[in-house]
Amino acid sequence: MFFIYVQKVFWESSSELLLRKQRSVKKNIWHLALILLVALLPLVIRGSYSYLLSLMVAGGIYVILVLGLNLLMGYTGQISLGHAAFYGIGAYSSAIMTMKYGLSPWLAFPAAIAITCTFALFIGIPTLRLHGPYLAMATLGIGIIFTKVMIAWDTFTGGPDGIYGIPNFSLGFTAIDTDIKQYYFVWLVAILIFILSYNIVNSGIGRALKAIDSNETAAEVLGINAARYKLMIFILSAAFASIAGSLYTHCRLFISPQIFSFMLSVKLVTMVVIGGMANVWGGLIGALILIAIPEFLTIISENWQGINTTELEIAIYGLTLVLVMIFTPTGFAGMLAKIGLLRKQKRISL
Amino acid sequence: MSQILQYLLTGVTVGSIYALIALGFTIIYNTTDIINFAQGEFVMLGGIIMASLYRAFHLPLPLLFVIAVLIVTLVGMCIERLAIRPVKSGSIVTLIIITIGVSIVIKAVSAMLWGKDAIPLPSFSSERPVRILGSSMPSQSLWVIGVTICIMVIMTLFYRYTRLGKAMRACALNKVGANVVGIDVRKMSLISFAISAAIGAAAGALVTPIYHAGYDRGTMIGLKGFCATILGGLGSVPGGVLGGFAIGILESLGCWISSAYKDVFALAVMVLVLYIRPKGLLGK
Amino acid sequence: MSILEVNNLRKEFAGLVAVADVSFAINRGEIAAIIGPNGAGKTTTFNLLSGVTDATSGEVRYDGQVISGLKSYQITPLGVVRTFQNVRLFHNMTVMENVMTGHHIRVKPKMLTAAIRLPKFFRQEQITMEYSIKLLDFVGLEEKAQLMADQLPYGQQRLLEIARALATQPKLLLLDEPAAGLNLKETTELSRLIRRIQRQGITIILVEHDMELVMGIADRIIVLDRGQKIAEGTPEEIRNDQKVITAYLGE
Repeated sequence: MFFIYVQKVFWESSSELLLRKQRSVKKNIWHLALILLVALLPLVIRGSYSYLLSLMVAGGIYVILVLGLNLLMGYTGQISLGHAAFYGIGAYSSAIMTMKYGLSPWLAFPAAIAITCTFALFIGIPTLRLHGPYLAMATLGIGIIFTKVMIAWDTFTGGPDGIYGIPNFSLGFTAIDTDIKQYYFVWLVAILIFILSYNIVNSGIGRALKAIDSNETAAEVLGINAARYKLMIFILSAAFASIAGSLYTHCRLFISPQIFSFMLSVKLVTMVVIGGMANVWGGLIGALILIAIPEFLTIISENWQGINTTELEIAIYGLTLVLVMIFTPTGFAGMLAKIGLLRKQKRISL
Repeated sequence: MSQILQYLLTGVTVGSIYALIALGFTIIYNTTDIINFAQGEFVMLGGIIMASLYRAFHLPLPLLFVIAVLIVTLVGMCIERLAIRPVKSGSIVTLIIITIGVSIVIKAVSAMLWGKDAIPLPSFSSERPVRILGSSMPSQSLWVIGVTICIMVIMTLFYRYTRLGKAMRACALNKVGANVVGIDVRKMSLISFAISAAIGAAAGALVTPIYHAGYDRGTMIGLKGFCATILGGLGSVPGGVLGGFAIGILESLGCWISSAYKDVFALAVMVLVLYIRPKGLLGK
Repeated sequence: MSILEVNNLRKEFAGLVAVADVSFAINRGEIAAIIGPNGAGKTTTFNLLSGVTDATSGEVRYDGQVISGLKSYQITPLGVVRTFQNVRLFHNMTVMENVMTGHHIRVKPKMLTAAIRLPKFFRQEQITMEYSIKLLDFVGLEEKAQLMADQLPYGQQRLLEIARALATQPKLLLLDEPAAGLNLKETTELSRLIRRIQRQGITIILVEHDMELVMGIADRIIVLDRGQKIAEGTPEEIRNDQKVITAYLGE
């Protein structure tokens, strides 16, 4: 990113490019701030708050998932109610390859991505021809079929009990096994994916995607092959999900079908929607807000006996979803953009 | 032979429920273009309210049936008013997400109110199974199929001969036109939610003696009802009914082959229909 | 060789014949206009030419190559582009970005290049930006470059759509009712713009209702009525053609 900044400074500028340079300095500050925050957080959290660190590991994984889904939903106007399936395929591929076939996690990782992308390709081609509710239901159906198959095909997948005893990633002689190592590892990947998403969105590709979202026929008349772009983004978001899946597998060392359920797909959609769809920061915000809620609830339940927190948490997800869709369809990022804290990612920004 | 008949009878019973759910989906869709994800929860609520009231008060079943249906109808109307009406720029996807949110809330609140255990309900008539041609089925199945047919007939008469029914059909055909002619489209929206909730609740109450009520019964059954709707053709009332019975029977027969993958059949059919012929069998 | 050849083009919609065996040819560098009363099949013809709709029968040849049956995103790289009757701008982008999107197929950006920000990406963006600014200047919208597309007044939205279409570097430009909703001053400006485009060597076909505009700039006019071509010729010839007058009922 420093490289990007340096390049920009040496550009020739018309008056516009000068203006843009000013804005992009501000944007880079936010990026740097994010990196610093992530890097320094563990130093702040200590002692009784070390549980938060393990929570943030999960958070990082959610962020990766949400970034992928965000690209899909916010930029080509598609919806997937079955995104957890790709997460699951990545996780299970990684697990099975390490457990059954003895591959090292570092090899299983890209192999899982390849497998998931292949699934995404074959599912995407017929599915992406659909629109609106039909697309939603097809993705929903596929997601649930996946979960049911994972549970039923117990000889291959371990059935409802799942797979356990999975090895960690390891770097040289150390395994990435403690919370703090996992935290840095996961967030490193998360930030890389964040930057990748950001770069894609703010480019010619991003414009093509937004064009497709705004008016598909007009985009096609300009030569943009909408079906191909939708498929590309679908596969890319599946790849991100697969990455998240492998990370989960080799950090938690245990997976089971319940983790990749419809409920998770809904949570992911909630995170994307709350964060604000057509905005890469939105994905980040949404993921973090929704991780905060169960923790918040745990605090409440410690002071308030008799409330079933799991159900309450679920009820709150649902309620949040409804309220956000009614009042701020552009999500939190949209709200922040209106205030001026974030710039709407509608202008080209480099 | 009697084995097949057994599966068929189960299939028809379950199919009736799917057909009723499909009817509920179609009524709301035709009037408002919304896919009401919470439809399955209406079914769940109908059953769980009736079962829990019985457990608490032991009132006569017909009375409880009516009460349960009325309560759920009210819930449906509240949902329309609170969650659907205020949406200003409702893209269809936005509304779908909202109904998903609503269904999540209903399910979670139900779990909080009634706990997670199944609640039983006695059969409407005798507990003895009915024998037909060497197979047996619970007597409740006759209630299910019978009441389903009644509801179908009532709805057909309603749409064809009453003013309100005709107004709703007009809405389904052309909202703008209906508006111009003086039909209050927003009121139609409310009424369609009320009717769908009532039908869903009836279905839930009917089937509870066989399958027992529980907070989580709604999701899969609603989903399969939706599969039936897609199979029959979104927007087609006879299609929904046809789809419902088709899915019910298919699922039952599929169970025969492999019960582990039971739930997958309906979903797989829906996905295939969406890929090959999204309009379904009888859709517009 | 003509730049565009239409042979017996026919489009039926479930019993209704929208375009009935229409044939014509357009010469390179011409400004041609397709006129006719409402429902004559003009926009449908454009849809057929630009690949938005498939023909029931007949063929369209562009530069000798058959393009009927190709999808629109396959036709545009060959050099044919169209605008829409109901201006279809990308509301989620700025004016500048709309034009830049038009340049997409000429630059062919790749996802990987963008994702890891290779130097090629910056070069491509610079080229596209500079080209787009030039086009905005060409149509007179340079100052509005950073506004959101839907903040423009209607007349300027039309200009933007034309600029965006020009970014695809077409040889043939199809304008669907470009003067619709424009006032007198804007129409005159439009007329001048169309001539400027012609001077760049681009062939133009207009669908229009505004007779003054058409008579003023068209080299050749094709008249459709109820799906059939009823006349073809210079403005003079068309003005006096009995069939045309009847079709318009006293225009």
